[in-house]
Amino acid sequence: MKSKSKIILIFILFILGLSSQVVAQDDPSGDVEVFTWWTGGGEAHGLAGMIEAFSKIHPDINIVNATVAGGSGVNFKAVLVSRMLGGDPPDTFQVHAGQELNALWVAAGRMEPLNDLYEENGWFEQYPQGLIDLISDEEGNVYSVPVNIHRSNLMWYVPANLEAWGVTAPASWEEFVTTTCPTLQEAGIIPISLGQTWTQVHLWESVALGELGVEAYNGLWNGTTEWTSPEVVATFDRLGQIMDCANDDMNALSHQDALLMVTEGRAAFNVMGDWAVSLYTVDEGLEPGVGFAWVPSPGTDGVFMMLSDTFGLPKGGPNPEATRVWLSYLGSAEGQDIFNPLKGSLPANTTADINNPELYNAYFQAAYADWTSNTIVGSLAHGLVAPQSFLDGFYAIMAAFQSGRDSLTASSNAAVLALQTGMGR
Amino acid sequence: MSMKLRINVLPFMVLLPSLILMAVFVYGFIGWTGYTSATDSNALQQLSGQPARYVGLKNYEDLFTGRLNARFRIDLVNIFFFTVLFILVSQIIGFGLAVLLDQNVKGEGIFRSIFLFPMALSFVVTGTVWQWLFSPNSGLNTLVTYIGLPQWKIRWFISEAQLLEFHWNDLAGILIKILLGIVIFAALLYWSRWRSQTAAVLTGIAILLISLLTFSDLDQLTALEFEENHGFNLALIAVVIAASWQMSGYIMAMYLAGIRGIPDELREAARVDGARELHIYRHIIVPLLRPITLSAVIVQGHISLKIFDLVFTLGGGDNLFIDMPGINMFFVTFRGNDFARGAAIAIIMLIMIAFVIVPYLVISLRGEVE
Repeated sequence: MKSKSKIILIFILFILGLSSQVVAQDDPSGDVEVFTWWTGGGEAHGLAGMIEAFSKIHPDINIVNATVAGGSGVNFKAVLVSRMLGGDPPDTFQVHAGQELNALWVAAGRMEPLNDLYEENGWFEQYPQGLIDLISDEEGNVYSVPVNIHRSNLMWYVPANLEAWGVTAPASWEEFVTTTCPTLQEAGIIPISLGQTWTQVHLWESVALGELGVEAYNGLWNGTTEWTSPEVVATFDRLGQIMDCANDDMNALSHQDALLMVTEGRAAFNVMGDWAVSLYTVDEGLEPGVGFAWVPSPGTDGVFMMLSDTFGLPKGGPNPEATRVWLSYLGSAEGQDIFNPLKGSLPANTTADINNPELYNAYFQAAYADWTSNTIVGSLAHGLVAPQSFLDGFYAIMAAFQSGRDSLTASSNAAVLALQTGMGR
Repeated sequence: MSMKLRINVLPFMVLLPSLILMAVFVYGFIGWTGYTSATDSNALQQLSGQPARYVGLKNYEDLFTGRLNARFRIDLVNIFFFTVLFILVSQIIGFGLAVLLDQNVKGEGIFRSIFLFPMALSFVVTGTVWQWLFSPNSGLNTLVTYIGLPQWKIRWFISEAQLLEFHWNDLAGILIKILLGIVIFAALLYWSRWRSQTAAVLTGIAILLISLLTFSDLDQLTALEFEENHGFNLALIAVVIAASWQMSGYIMAMYLAGIRGIPDELREAARVDGARELHIYRHIIVPLLRPITLSAVIVQGHISLKIFDLVFTLGGGDNLFIDMPGINMFFVTFRGNDFARGAAIAIIMLIMIAFVIVPYLVISLRGEVE
């Protein structure tokens, strides 16, 4: 009796040992929590499409699609910060390239360097150097995997409408304010549509880039351009003049509302990032170049103001091995060719199948040419050039400017804010 | 002796778990928030595992005087006007509805449910629905054209108009003048009605306030080095309408219960004495409902001082004309990652709510002792 149970025990132990050996030899498995604020529209479809394709290749790894809705990422960031502080990091999370990643997560030493992953996959050759610089520290450690590229400085319009109203897309904001705007206003058309505060910040960054030029615009973020200089004050004055040409219910509108005013023929222009494309093509069924068209926002021809969604590997995540497998897929041309056509963005990996017109429509073909030839600068409204603490204060400055139109106060407050948040150091 | 001990110990032991939970999760965290507000704690520092440095009252000073914290001062003015108007409007509507329902209406239950129904919604739903209704180029403004009226041009929650404008630096003077007015009024009241000695005390206070106004240089109280305009933002009216739409039914239910609790004999007696209905309400029902009014005002006061979700969904977050301290606290803490300043705003909100709740607690505790 006793010997029998001993044999059974040994047998069980043998089985257990065998199975654990099998697991150890096999690929990583288990749950990987992917933490994003992509809850709706093309971006949610894109993520779901990638997860589905990934699960077919790696059936052992279960991707948990965790999202936090609302507030254009604010609610997400609140949850993320609490989880990281509480020692419960997700396996990987969404973060914009640039200061949003560097000034908080990398500076606090909470991210794992991913250089080995980049070398393994040959990404150092496949990703543009400028983009890698945005997600690396000074020692050359890379901290996240970009999935897409968006362009922020674009002006949208409907070609047939412009022809009917007798205007063309302005080459400078000067031209817009002095000729385009009065002509359209006489015809009873809203010259430019605008939405809530964040879209006003978005417009300001395009105006500042157009009025200041690349070097002085970059200088705002590295400390070589004075916020109180007359040129910067003038960008706020210019924004005020543009706001005078805009719809007066801007604070009641989302960015989608403002974009749709253009295709509905109520407004002539709108300045928004190229996520407008998926709204126009998918939701409205319009054809790029016919139903809607675009130019770089006035004065920014030849400059590509970018932002990029990336995914990093936080230290202390529950399943880093499997997460690396997921990140490898995320950064591959294969994964990006599933995600980006659905989300409506450019692939960050240069080996992606960008020339395939079935995946990337006319807009993205053109945008890719710009992406590879233009001067690249970073967006303020989307966390690239300034830390979150600056951006939060800048929203309040913009909201006050929108009602008071006090350009001196706006620029001097921004100067104080830049100093307080340690920008340009 | 042992029996008595057991009687004393047992209830204490039974209460102990909840006492401990309260002590930790309510008062402990209030204390922690208070401590955080006196440091320079922020996300970067906390994530790097560095200790927060003690900075005393610097965050509070920044909030009240800092260039970049105009938003907080706007919030204080907004929350004041919003609270006063919200309480006033929903009290009047709620009481009105209760009186109407008290007239033995047919199908009272149906009406009661209809008026109470908005209470069942979350403020988020209310905010979203009213955002559609208040949207200047659709919603209510165009709805009226369906009944043949011309389109309204009301700006609702994006209105930038201000009434009662004042400079932040004049605030101290304005508050003292308002206080003076109240004291003088009370003194006159006490003197004319009851010839009581309180009048003399109040007159003394009034003289003190007048001398403060005339002899002390109020300009030296200036907190800001620059001019900052504040005032009653008309956009708040939209928020008051949405909030009152939701809460009036609740006030109605409270008053209705109160009115039903008043014995019919009192009304009968008044009628026998020849009182008309209006007089019955004026002299019998309203005075008897005073405890209900007090509770209702307390409930509304703390809802309105803490308001977040309604305004957030209605205005989108960064509309300063209807901005509230709760929204600012959320953004400063989680968008700006500045935990210390967020904690300071939270503590100021707590103090404001304490101004409403503590007198109520004192009154009700005194009542129990008696």
